[in-house]
Amino acid sequence: MIPPGHFMVLAEVLPGHEPALRELLARMNSGPGQADPDNPLLPFGRFEGLHFLRIAILDDATHDDLAAHGVAPTPLPTYLSFFGDCDGPGGDQLDEFAHVAPDGLLQVFAHCVACPPRAGLAAWLRARDLPVAAAYANWTGRTARRVREERAIAEALARRVRLLGSTEPGQLQALRVQLLAFVTAEREQGRLLVTADPPTPLGWWLRNLAHVVAIPLLGLVALPLLLLYSPLFIWQLRRRERADPEMVQAPDPAHVAELATFEDRGITNAFTALGSVKPGRFRRWLVIVLVALLDYAARHLYGRGHLTRVQTIHFARWVFIDDKQRLLFASNYDGILESYMDDFINKVAWGLNLVFSNGVGYPRTQWLVQGGARNSQGFKNYLRRHQVVNSVWYKASPGLTAMDLARHGRIRAGLERTAMSDREIEDWLRSM
Amino acid sequence: VSAPVDFSDVQGLLRFGYKHHTESAFALLRVHNRAAARAWLAAAQVGSAAKGPLPPTVLQIAFSAPGLRELGVPEPVITGFAPEFVAGLGTDPNRARRLGDVGNNDPAHWQWGGPSEPLLPHVLVMVYAMPGRLDACCLALESHWAVAFELVRWLPTTDMGGVEPFGFTDGISQPEVDWSRELPAEDHDSLAYRNLSCLGEFVLGYPNEYGRYTVRPLLEPVGAAALQLPRAEDAPDRADLGRNGSYLVLRTLRQDVPGFWRFLDAQAGGDSAERQRVAEAMVGRRMDGQALVAPEAVPVQGVGQDAAARAQNGFTFDADPAGLRCPVGAHIRRANPRNADLPPGTQGLVARAVRMLGLDSAVLHGDAVASVRFHRVLRRGREYGQRISLAEALARPVAPVETGLQFICLCADLARQFEFVQGAWIAGSKFAGLPHEGDPLMGNRLAAPDEPDTARFTMPREGCPSRVIDGIPTFVDVVGGAYFFLPGLRALRYLATA
Repeated sequence: MIPPGHFMVLAEVLPGHEPALRELLARMNSGPGQADPDNPLLPFGRFEGLHFLRIAILDDATHDDLAAHGVAPTPLPTYLSFFGDCDGPGGDQLDEFAHVAPDGLLQVFAHCVACPPRAGLAAWLRARDLPVAAAYANWTGRTARRVREERAIAEALARRVRLLGSTEPGQLQALRVQLLAFVTAEREQGRLLVTADPPTPLGWWLRNLAHVVAIPLLGLVALPLLLLYSPLFIWQLRRRERADPEMVQAPDPAHVAELATFEDRGITNAFTALGSVKPGRFRRWLVIVLVALLDYAARHLYGRGHLTRVQTIHFARWVFIDDKQRLLFASNYDGILESYMDDFINKVAWGLNLVFSNGVGYPRTQWLVQGGARNSQGFKNYLRRHQVVNSVWYKASPGLTAMDLARHGRIRAGLERTAMSDREIEDWLRSM
Repeated sequence: VSAPVDFSDVQGLLRFGYKHHTESAFALLRVHNRAAARAWLAAAQVGSAAKGPLPPTVLQIAFSAPGLRELGVPEPVITGFAPEFVAGLGTDPNRARRLGDVGNNDPAHWQWGGPSEPLLPHVLVMVYAMPGRLDACCLALESHWAVAFELVRWLPTTDMGGVEPFGFTDGISQPEVDWSRELPAEDHDSLAYRNLSCLGEFVLGYPNEYGRYTVRPLLEPVGAAALQLPRAEDAPDRADLGRNGSYLVLRTLRQDVPGFWRFLDAQAGGDSAERQRVAEAMVGRRMDGQALVAPEAVPVQGVGQDAAARAQNGFTFDADPAGLRCPVGAHIRRANPRNADLPPGTQGLVARAVRMLGLDSAVLHGDAVASVRFHRVLRRGREYGQRISLAEALARPVAPVETGLQFICLCADLARQFEFVQGAWIAGSKFAGLPHEGDPLMGNRLAAPDEPDTARFTMPREGCPSRVIDGIPTFVDVVGGAYFFLPGLRALRYLATA
């Protein structure tokens, strides 16, 4: 198994360079925000193990919201963020970018402070690669290559089944044998591929196991302390939940219109949002702990086609920036934003509340999980206000939802079964 | 205790379908002379939702955002309405893309309501009349409007006896509105599908399914006109311009009846029973309105308990997850998937927590869409044009037939209700995890940039592969549309006099 990797280069934009940078980024696109896979600056389509990539200028329009907490907002730089999801370590992917497309990258990062030298480009990128605080991959170990291979198998089988026409009931086993023979023949001809995964890197496997064990162990060790602390914690939390200012006013229509221009160009969309963590040590530590738990759940509890009840997210990440003063959330999701936000509100409001209620202006929560996103209009306003335009967004497998990918996986898995009951064959055929 | 609804302040359309008023026509007007327009609007006799003897004719009045501007409503009041209403239905290419209003449905080609200014209505006057009373009423109105308004067009309707142009019984599934305010105004999970909706889902100024008040303009209660307005329940020091009003979506949907039946006839190889079976699978109901799945054993809240009501509306799709009886992509299943806040299962605390965390993999597949109670609309559409029989539709050559639906729906939150259902469920090409198909009736069949083929419909079958119908042509084109605000009666007076 090749574990998923993530990278995120964050570089400060040189003052006054933003317009030129935006113009340059637009040249990578075939439509508003939609990356051209063959663009000469950074031909995304050439990278075998790349799933998603985006380039966004992080200008935080809500930074001044901090003033509502009685804190004078300190000026923060505008960043160029360059981030994505890939197979294997994110650092290796950055090396490959630097190797394949140094000229394009140099042109882009020339607009940033301490722009990279040609010789040390890879090291420069790696030095600015921020760690993710929490990462979610829809299916751990599903490589971009496997996505392509499974798509080809699923499409070929779907065509084959329809070619065979209206089979009479009761012929399921015979039909399956026919389909298996078809795939075997296609594989022999080299028209369909099923590449076996390389063994899971031992280091990753050990680190993963250690993580599985360490976090609950840490919790167990800290339990007596946590129990002692809990009355004080509840008092601290409830006091803040009652007093923290909400900033859920309607977003600027012009901002929403700009965001909408970049949305719904295909079935999958990219969401990037940025906001300040509420000032003070309590919220800072709370969000650090909760994001760590979220990372634990995303890595070990989910990663098999769904994050809690939400099945439309391909990749998501939570990243602290500026010494944990700000939190960035980014995801690749299927469908229109309205339905994505409604999934948040109706399926997993409690989960969003846990993390984002530590952000400035979030709709009021009760007991960390109640309320919050359930103020649906306020929550939608909050998201839109914090959302950032993605100047460039690349998706390796356009037209496929996360549910399609899971379906293709089931179709492929069906080929590997030695025997199937009639009922299982029915389900298998339906997934085509 | 919640205050009872003042029906005399609510326009009748929110409560009634005016089924005895079999004749109707909808006037799209532009304000020509502001003073005269305001005078006519202030004096107009608009039918309320209070019950009483049936009047021979009824007027209902609604405004577009440009209409409010034209009448002199101040800009800060207008921007207090939902942003979707302020922006309008047919003027924003991003909205059009989201709603599937592209290709044939592109607002640029619309007969009315598109981006071209002269076709953008300001005021919608809906006239409902008892048999034989419509024409005289419309003529009288036109003479009254001579100075005040310019008539963009009349949208005619035809009484097709409760059957839409393709021949299916229509208007069966409607949410039951909680007029008596029995449902608690609070936010808690709904564990069974119910057909009873909070008042605030359709009428502004009341709590919605989240127990909250939807945005609408709240005004300083100063000036004679504003003092007439009801106070806001959630802000008693403010006058509530939205209270007892609603948003109204009107879309003219042209239906290609010969195209529909001739395509199905070809699919069925001329077999009339098979032709009807496929058509019913696409719609998700029998032509007479019967559901394709059996009614639930436990009554659905908000559905009448008589056998007819239960057979037509007392069902969910819980027992048919694969769509063997009613295909998952069928039109009515897309428009209302009839589910609860959690996937079906036992109600124990642990079992619920497992489903809430998404850890019950057995129910996940059916959980792609959920919580339909936030996505209901109240439909008040009427058919228009020429009704043709099945035999006429199948006859060759077919003379061009102009027929379809003046689709009307009412809701309190355009984004979460109408736009969600239309954008995510009807126009979406990946509904409930289906690989690639649009709505079998309404789909625009266009290839999205990354979606080469949406012109399909899948009918799962028992014991053999699904039947896939592809190359489906468009059967329904959008040829006009706009968003309106249907005010309460006191709000109407405010808009006409303030």
